[in-house]
Amino acid sequence: MSSEPNGQELARAGRVSRLGALEYAPAPESAAIVSLADAYGLYIDGHFTDPERHESFSTLNPATAAPLTRVARASAADVDAAVEAARRAAPAWAALPGAERAKYLFRISRIIQERQRELAVLETLDNGKPIRETRDIDVPLAAGHFFYYAGWADKLAFAGFGSDPRPRGVVGQIIPWNFPLLMAAWKLAPALATGNTCVLKPAETTPLSALALADILEQAELPPGVVNIVTGDGATGADLVGHPGIDKVAFTGSTEVGRQIQRRLAARGLPLTLELGGKGANIVFDDAPLDEAIEGIIDGIFFNQGHVCCAGSRLLVHEGIADEVLRRLRRRVDQLRVGDPLDKNTDVGAINSAAQLARIEELVAAGEAEGATRYTSACPLPAAGYWFAPTVFTDVAPAHRIAREEIFGPVLSVMTFRTPEEAVAKANDTTYGLACGVWSEKGSRTLWVAQRLRAGVVWANAYNRFDPASPFGGVRESGFGREGGRHGLEAYLGV
Amino acid sequence: MVEIPSRSRVPQVGSEAQLRTVLAALSGVDAVGVTARAAKLATRSPKRETKARALDLAIAMVDLTTLEGADTPGHVAALCAKARRPDAEDATCPPVAAICVYPDLVATARAHLAGSPVRVASVATAFPAGRASLPVKLADVAEARAAGADEIDMVIDRGAFLSGRLGQVFEEIVAVKEACGSAHLKVILETGELVTYDNVRRASWLAMLAGADFIKTSTGKVAVSATPPVALVMLEAVRDFAESTGQVVGVKLAGGIRSAKEALRYLVLASETAGSAWLEPRTLRFGASSLLTDLLLQRRSQRTGVYARREHVSVE
Repeated sequence: MSSEPNGQELARAGRVSRLGALEYAPAPESAAIVSLADAYGLYIDGHFTDPERHESFSTLNPATAAPLTRVARASAADVDAAVEAARRAAPAWAALPGAERAKYLFRISRIIQERQRELAVLETLDNGKPIRETRDIDVPLAAGHFFYYAGWADKLAFAGFGSDPRPRGVVGQIIPWNFPLLMAAWKLAPALATGNTCVLKPAETTPLSALALADILEQAELPPGVVNIVTGDGATGADLVGHPGIDKVAFTGSTEVGRQIQRRLAARGLPLTLELGGKGANIVFDDAPLDEAIEGIIDGIFFNQGHVCCAGSRLLVHEGIADEVLRRLRRRVDQLRVGDPLDKNTDVGAINSAAQLARIEELVAAGEAEGATRYTSACPLPAAGYWFAPTVFTDVAPAHRIAREEIFGPVLSVMTFRTPEEAVAKANDTTYGLACGVWSEKGSRTLWVAQRLRAGVVWANAYNRFDPASPFGGVRESGFGREGGRHGLEAYLGV
Repeated sequence: MVEIPSRSRVPQVGSEAQLRTVLAALSGVDAVGVTARAAKLATRSPKRETKARALDLAIAMVDLTTLEGADTPGHVAALCAKARRPDAEDATCPPVAAICVYPDLVATARAHLAGSPVRVASVATAFPAGRASLPVKLADVAEARAAGADEIDMVIDRGAFLSGRLGQVFEEIVAVKEACGSAHLKVILETGELVTYDNVRRASWLAMLAGADFIKTSTGKVAVSATPPVALVMLEAVRDFAESTGQVVGVKLAGGIRSAKEALRYLVLASETAGSAWLEPRTLRFGASSLLTDLLLQRRSQRTGVYARREHVSVE
C-alpha cells in the first residue's frame, strides 16, 4: 500500500511481529463494591458471634501483602458451639420436605448471582486470582452448584440410593484456599439438598468469601444453625474433625492433611470423603488439534496460578511433535499477562501466600539442581506481594521431584513419549490419580488411553472444565468420593 | 515472536495430489476449543488510549462497502466522500482503507477518490455465488481492472471445494491472480458455506498457496458471515503460513460486523493470535457498511467524554 492512513502509529508500533501487540491500558475492576468490616466473628446458629477467647488473625491481599481485615480464630469451645447449633437444627431441617429445602437453595443461588460482582472482587482481593476467573468461573459455578442441587432436593428417592435415603446428620466440612467460594458451594449445596446441617471451616488465608456467603445465607433466611462457619487455622480444623458430634467429614486439601484426617478418624468409622492433591498429565498425541491443545496446556497449568488440585502439571507430548509444541508453548507463555488480579486483562494473578511461594521456589530450585531445563516468562512482576512467573521445565526425567511432587504453582514439567502404551505408563507413574487430559483427533485412541489412565477425571481435547452436573474426584492418593452430579449426593446420604 | 523468514518460501503446488498432501497434513481444529478461545479473548477490555488507538486503526481498516442491486453512481459518490473524510468535523480522523463496489461502479469510485489514499476494491468472478465459467469470471476481473480497481475480491467455487475438486478451486485462484496483475487479490472463502473449521483452515491454506494476498471470510450474502472462531482459525492460518513460507497474507473479516465493540474484539483476536504485523490496513480489513458509523460515534465519545448522537455522523 502506497500511503498508509496512520503511518505514524504503525511506525511507533514497529514492523516487528510481536504477539499481544495491542498493549492494554490498565482496566481495573473497582474494589469499591466491597465494604470490609474491621473484624469478623464466627457464624454460629444464625448470627455472627465473637470467638470465646477473642483471638483473631489477619487475612492478606496476596497481590500486595497488605492486610485486608481480621477474622476470628475459633477455639475448641467455639467449634463445640457450632456443632451443637448444627445438631439442634438437624431434625427440623431433615424433616422439611425436599421441595422446601430446594427453595432455600434456589434463593441462595439467585442471591449469589445478584451479588456476583461483589463476590468476584472479594474473592480476587483475598485469594489473588484474576478477576476474569472469579467473574467468569468461580462465582457462576458456585451459583450453578446451588442451583443444580436445589433440583435434586425433592427427587432423592429417585437418585438411585434407595427409596428413602436419609441424611447423615451433622457434617464437618473443611475447604482449601484455591477456590474458596466455589469449594464452599461444592460442600454445602449437596449436603443441604440431602437434609444435612453443616459446620464449614474455610481456609486460613481465604476466609472472606465464606463469611460473605454467611451473609447471603442470612439474606436467604436459612434457618439458624443449618450452616455454621468457623474460621481458624489447622487447629480449628482438627477440633472439627475430632468433634464427637460430627456424623460425616468432607475435606478438600493436601494429601498430607488428608492422611492426618483419615488416621484421626480410623477408630471411629465415620464416613469420610477426601479430595486431595494431584499431578495431572496432559497427553498430546501427534494428531492433536494443535492450536487448541496449546490453549489446553496453558489452561491446564496456568489457570488459577496452577493452584489447582487437578492441574495438568505434567505435559506428556509425542516426541515427533515435541519441538513444535514447545516452540508454540513458549510463545504463548510469553504472552501471558501477569499482574494486578483486579485488572480485567490479567491472565495470571498472585501466589496465594508467602508459604506457598516458598514451596514453589523450593521445588523449582530442585528442578534446576536435578538437571531439568528451565524456561520462565520474562514478564515483569509487581514489587509487592507474592508472585511467580509462568515456568516450563523441559528435559524432565520421571524420577525428578518436579515430575513427582505436586508443586501447586505455575510450573509445568514436560516429558516426551513414543507410543500410546508409553504415554499411559508415564501418565500413571504417579502416586496421585485425580485428572488427565488426552489430545487427539482420533476418537478410538482417546478412548483406549482414557480406559487405561488411573485418574478420576479424563478430559478429551479439553482441560480444567467443570460443571455442577459432572462428578469430580480422584483415585489413589488423590482421595475418594465424588462431588458434583448425582454421584455427589451419595456421600451425604445414609445408604 | 512470529519469526518471518526474509525470503519467501511458498511451496510450488504441482498437482492436485500434492495439494491434498499439504492440506491433509494440517492439524485439525477442535470446535469446542476454538469457540472457547474466541470467547475468552472477547472478554479483553481495551480502555482509554488502547481503545482510542484501536478505534482509529479499525476506521483505517474499513473497506466501505456497497454491493446492492440498487447501487447508483450518486450513492457511490457519497460513499467516496465519506471514505476520504469519515468525520466531516474532525480532520484528525483517518480515511478508510478502501471503497468496495461492483465492477460497473469502479470507474465512478476511481473518479471520486482521485488524489486520496483510499483504494478502490471490486468484487468480481461472478460475485457472490461464483456460478459462472472461468472465462466469464476472468472477464469480470479484467473489466474491474480496466476501470481502475486496486484490489479484487474474488469468490472461490464452494461447490467444487465441498465436492473435493480442490485442484479446480486452486487453478481458478491462480488464473484470477494472474488476471489481477498488480492488483491485490482477496479470496473470499464464504466460510458460512464451508461450515466446518477444518474446511476453513484447509480453504485458507489452499487460497494462500494459490497466491492470495488476503483471505476473506464472507460475501455478506449468506446467513452466516464472519464469526470470532472463524476469524481465529484464519488468523492462525496466516500466522502459520508466514512462519513457514515468509509470506504475509492479510485477513479480511466481512459481513455482519456492525458495532465498534465487535470490531475491537476482532482487533484483539488479531493482536493476540497473529501479532502486530496484522494490526495495519495492509494486512487486516473489515468489509462493512454500517460499522463505520458506530466506529465514528465511539471515536467521538472517546474524545469528548460524552456519548455522541447518531445525528452527528452523516448517513452515508
